[in-house]
Amino acid sequence: MAAKLIQTNQTPFERKELDPITLDIIENALKNARFEMDAVLFRTAMSPGIREQHDAFPMIANCEGKMVVGQFGSFIHGFTEGYEGTIEDGDVFLTNDPYSCRGAISHANDWLVLMPIFKDGRLIAWASMFGHMTDIGGKVPGSLPTDARQIYEEGIVVPPTKIYRNHELQSDILRIILHNCRLPHWNRSDFNAIIAACRLAAKRCGELADRFGDDEFYSAMDELLERNKRAMAQLIANTIPEQKQYFEDYLCDDGMGMGPYKIACTMWRDGDKVIFDFDGTDPQSVGSINFYLNEEMFKMFAGVFMIMVFDPQIMFNDGFYELMDVRIPQGCLLKPNHPAALSCRTHALGRIFDVLSGLLGQGSPDFLCAAGFSDSPHFMYSGYTRKGEWYQLYQIGFGGVPGRPAGDGPDGHSLWPSFTNVPNEFLECNFPLRIEHYVTLPDTGGPGRHRGGNALRISYGFLEDGEISIHDDRWLTYPWGVNGGLPGTRSKKILVRADGSEELMDSKRDRIKVYAGDVLHFDTWGGGGWGKPYERDPAAVAKDVDRGLVTREGARRYGVVMRDRESFDAAATEKLRAEMAAADVQRDAIFNRGGTIEELKARCLAETGLEPPAPPVFQLRKSA
Amino acid sequence: MPYTLGVDVGGTFTDIFLVNEDDGRIFTAKVPSTPDDSSIGVLHGIERVCETSGIAPSDIAHVMHGTTVATNTVLTGTGALVGLVTTQGFRQVLQIARSYVPGGLGGWVIYNKSEPMAPLELTVEANERIAADGAVVRELDEAALVEQLEFLRARGIEALTVCLINSFANRTHEDRVRAIAAEVMPDIPVSLSVDVIPEMQEYERAVTTVANSYVRPRVQSYIENLTRELRARMDDVKLHVLRSDGGLASSLSAAEYPVNLLMSGPAGGVAGAVWIAQQAGYRNLLTLDMGGTSTDVALVQNGEAQIRRETTVGDVTVRASSVDVRTVGAGGGSIAHVPELTGALRVGPQSAGAEPGPAAYGKGGEEPTVTDANVVLGYLPSSALLGGDMQLDGAAAAKAVQKVADALGLDLETAAAGIIDIVNENMFGALRLVSIEQGYDPRDFALIAFGGAGPLHANALGRLMGSWPVIIPPGPGVLCASGDATTRVRDEASRTFIRRFSDTTAAEIIEILDGLAETAASALDAENVPRADQSVTFQVDLRYHGQGLQLTVNADTEALRTRGLDSIGDEFDDIHRQLFTFALDVDKEVVNLRAVVQGKATLVNAERLPAGGADAAAAILSTQSVYMDGARHDANIYDRGKLTAGNEIDGPAIVTEMDSTSVILTGYRGVIDDFGNIIINPLTNA
Repeated sequence: MAAKLIQTNQTPFERKELDPITLDIIENALKNARFEMDAVLFRTAMSPGIREQHDAFPMIANCEGKMVVGQFGSFIHGFTEGYEGTIEDGDVFLTNDPYSCRGAISHANDWLVLMPIFKDGRLIAWASMFGHMTDIGGKVPGSLPTDARQIYEEGIVVPPTKIYRNHELQSDILRIILHNCRLPHWNRSDFNAIIAACRLAAKRCGELADRFGDDEFYSAMDELLERNKRAMAQLIANTIPEQKQYFEDYLCDDGMGMGPYKIACTMWRDGDKVIFDFDGTDPQSVGSINFYLNEEMFKMFAGVFMIMVFDPQIMFNDGFYELMDVRIPQGCLLKPNHPAALSCRTHALGRIFDVLSGLLGQGSPDFLCAAGFSDSPHFMYSGYTRKGEWYQLYQIGFGGVPGRPAGDGPDGHSLWPSFTNVPNEFLECNFPLRIEHYVTLPDTGGPGRHRGGNALRISYGFLEDGEISIHDDRWLTYPWGVNGGLPGTRSKKILVRADGSEELMDSKRDRIKVYAGDVLHFDTWGGGGWGKPYERDPAAVAKDVDRGLVTREGARRYGVVMRDRESFDAAATEKLRAEMAAADVQRDAIFNRGGTIEELKARCLAETGLEPPAPPVFQLRKSA
Repeated sequence: MPYTLGVDVGGTFTDIFLVNEDDGRIFTAKVPSTPDDSSIGVLHGIERVCETSGIAPSDIAHVMHGTTVATNTVLTGTGALVGLVTTQGFRQVLQIARSYVPGGLGGWVIYNKSEPMAPLELTVEANERIAADGAVVRELDEAALVEQLEFLRARGIEALTVCLINSFANRTHEDRVRAIAAEVMPDIPVSLSVDVIPEMQEYERAVTTVANSYVRPRVQSYIENLTRELRARMDDVKLHVLRSDGGLASSLSAAEYPVNLLMSGPAGGVAGAVWIAQQAGYRNLLTLDMGGTSTDVALVQNGEAQIRRETTVGDVTVRASSVDVRTVGAGGGSIAHVPELTGALRVGPQSAGAEPGPAAYGKGGEEPTVTDANVVLGYLPSSALLGGDMQLDGAAAAKAVQKVADALGLDLETAAAGIIDIVNENMFGALRLVSIEQGYDPRDFALIAFGGAGPLHANALGRLMGSWPVIIPPGPGVLCASGDATTRVRDEASRTFIRRFSDTTAAEIIEILDGLAETAASALDAENVPRADQSVTFQVDLRYHGQGLQLTVNADTEALRTRGLDSIGDEFDDIHRQLFTFALDVDKEVVNLRAVVQGKATLVNAERLPAGGADAAAAILSTQSVYMDGARHDANIYDRGKLTAGNEIDGPAIVTEMDSTSVILTGYRGVIDDFGNIIINPLTNA
């Protein structure tokens, strides 16, 4: 590592044989500690993004920096590689610079805190957490400018910094950082909350080492990683073919009128290793949709996804990393050169999961999920009230979970772990908003034997003049269906002015002026369908119609002819289904994308009301 | 001569605990439970206790009852068909819920959402709108509402819930919907969200009120039926039902707001543990109630159980106060298994249940359970010693546990000990949640264990937690009934009052608190509790402005008068620091104000054992080989009924009684106190 570790006790840890029961106890205790970290964070943070929506992720890693419990895999390695300095007892590090930690965090809104845990002069573990700050300064409220060309436009960027040195808060540094943010009291509280959560993890690790012995604690973490590696090795050997699998998906546009951008990946197995090669992915964008993808983090995405699809009993950690090789070409959309703008990376981050789904599933369609709500669309609203008070909201939207082998996709739900919505009454109490509708839209989920989840509509009624930002995607390309399932519907944003006139909004846009009395219909997208719709249980279709999740007309897409609100006409249904089956020329296609990119662009204006994006112009940019 | 009667309905037995209010004398009875209609067992029990004590039923003034009717209605999915009325635009409030998908990264791949308790097809919208500040934005369209309600009536709903946006700020529209529903569907019970939980957050309010509607018809008919039967035998008797938060509800209020009864059973257990430990002289407790499929744990500080603002039963989480009981899927019937891929030993949450039960029960179970491991280790004597019904099949237990031993490559006893270690660790995790995670040091608490399996594991958990002594009371069922009988009549009045400290004054807070105290006091008047016997305490929920949490601090109106808002603000800072390691220098905010009024405690003179010496040899039944700390030992088996006060039992030892078995480990000593409790301490300190 580039960073220098200072330990007053040089005795190396001794690898001990542990009985399986001690190992299980330590594993459970570490899992508990991780949940305790969450509990502390959500209770004490102040920004709605963290306290209500839970946009923050904890981790506990071993002394080598490998994640033993957590969500997104370890980013310690990326940090220690990039940090030129010492790591000492009493240090706590803060950074929000993706370029200084090899993409451990992928945009500057995420503040990453790393806390080395020392015991008796030795590093025994790491606690860490990153959370999305509502604002870090920069050119627009929310610090996610769709038109940024360089990271310097996206707010204050803090390289890895000792924010605590010898247990002492470096308050001058924190003051400088907070001075550059629009809502410093939120950043301060959220920062405090993250520190408190990491301290708690540090305390738990110390207690465990006390209880079982330092060597035993060290050995347990090692063995837990090993155990996971063994399980994953078997999973990889059983499920990943040696033959190359290829999949590509798209970002619709870059917020500057260009698109779509291609993410391409080839996957195959070579011996006991699985290789993911992103060769063929488009070069980096001149705008801010670049996603600095950390290879280790991608391994975790892929590993967890495999576990969930094939064997959810496996506990996941970093143990299997040696079994994966991730290749991302330098200078592409997923590994842009500094100082490319990164703030709006959320769309590409989400799309990675659809790519994974397509890659892993095509070899074994029984396990294949359709395209889901692979994004975290943002809505932002800010301005001054009539009383002169500044308000600023950052909110994450949800949509349709795709149809899956396990069943229908839930309507208007999150694909991200631990995320929740913001209660509408909370919104109305704290921001000049009135929510007119909070519903999922019928027929927006892709029809299939298992239906895709419906898209969510939030209708924001504005009570004060201000500015909004919309960040979304999948308005041009469809959330694809699989195994005969149809795509879900695409996203759409309509601003209805107080006088009743309607304006269709671009999918990504900042600084849209709104006035008291205007209403924005923010429609996300539906999940793709799984399996042939005309094979869905007609009683389930009828129930969806009764519930208003599918319309009577929509039921016909499943070959179901409704008699009234609750019941279907069995004979007419059977006849219609037979006709559909006979006419189904796509019956053996695995994916249904609703057309090629060229076809989608040709139909774009007619179908969406928006001009198709122009082909991206790429620019070679070398790092300074 | 007035009597107070506590009754607890367990899975097997219904226990009765009768107290003479004048002299505190106690009478108990135990009868079989009647699962189809538990009120029959209750009435049998009352008849039995009256027969044996010679007390006339008409002398019983108060019947206090912890019930699991509401809980079981949710767990078995047998509640009412509920219709829901929401504000226009919010029909899918339960469908969308909080958009949360459990299970971590990729959890959505396998997550299947359970159906809401009010079906979406039976959810209708009212055309109306209230603003966040309570202003009426759009008047209620009554004609349209009548049509919607007629639709629900035609679809056969059995209960109706009304949850309108921002109703906590202005209840007029919810009230109006109820009035209209009373005309359209006079026989259908209506629950208003503003009555059940007048707080912000539309999903939590809706789901809580719907849960209320869902369990209401069943609970209502149970309580009405029981009241009628009780009245027929004891004219003028008052039935009180134990609430989830440990308070008592009048039968009327219990029937109307049954969502507050979802944890009624466990709350009775905690109350009983508090009462018994108090006899033994302990007021800081961790309670451990381990049954066949799950274990409930709670923390009691200074004789008061911790209360949380949420209740979870099965998949359902509602916003209703309850004793902070955490449940883990760890019980005597929990199944041990070794997944092939990881080779790890797991115990639970799958359970063998009552049927087929552990292999040792000989009812066809073949999977290794915690009970089987206890049998293998010799902790559960494998023949019926005390005339109980329980015959244990040691060979079947060993055969089942051997499966785990083979999978792990261990010998039989090491595997059995491993199963016990893991299940103890699971319970340890739950105990940590209520203690360490809340900032309490478990070493400052005694551990009291009950339930069928609690006394088997209590000593080991005391050792893990450092919680001493471990208290094992006699008769786990009586414990709950005694908790019911000794609960004080209690009512509270609260009001949401969101103000920053900079926008309010101590005087304003005091005025509201005094008003709330009067409201709560009049509720106790109605229960025939004279004012002289009433005592009042105040609570304020606070947070730093901008935070989502709220912490409850006790308020003293006198301190408020003299020291102002700092008197509550400073305490809040202290608690915040204790819980989260830091305090903030931002404005604090009042969220809720609450007055709690209690009647006086029932006088009870617990039965005392005859005094005996330290020598417990007279109670020894036999000896048995047990496996403990990695080796075989001979342990004495004691008959609990023959023990006398002052007896000392050094581990390894086993103490048996009709419905439970206690284990004392090597290096520990159990002392029998005056009330028959086994008080276990490490020998080094004893």
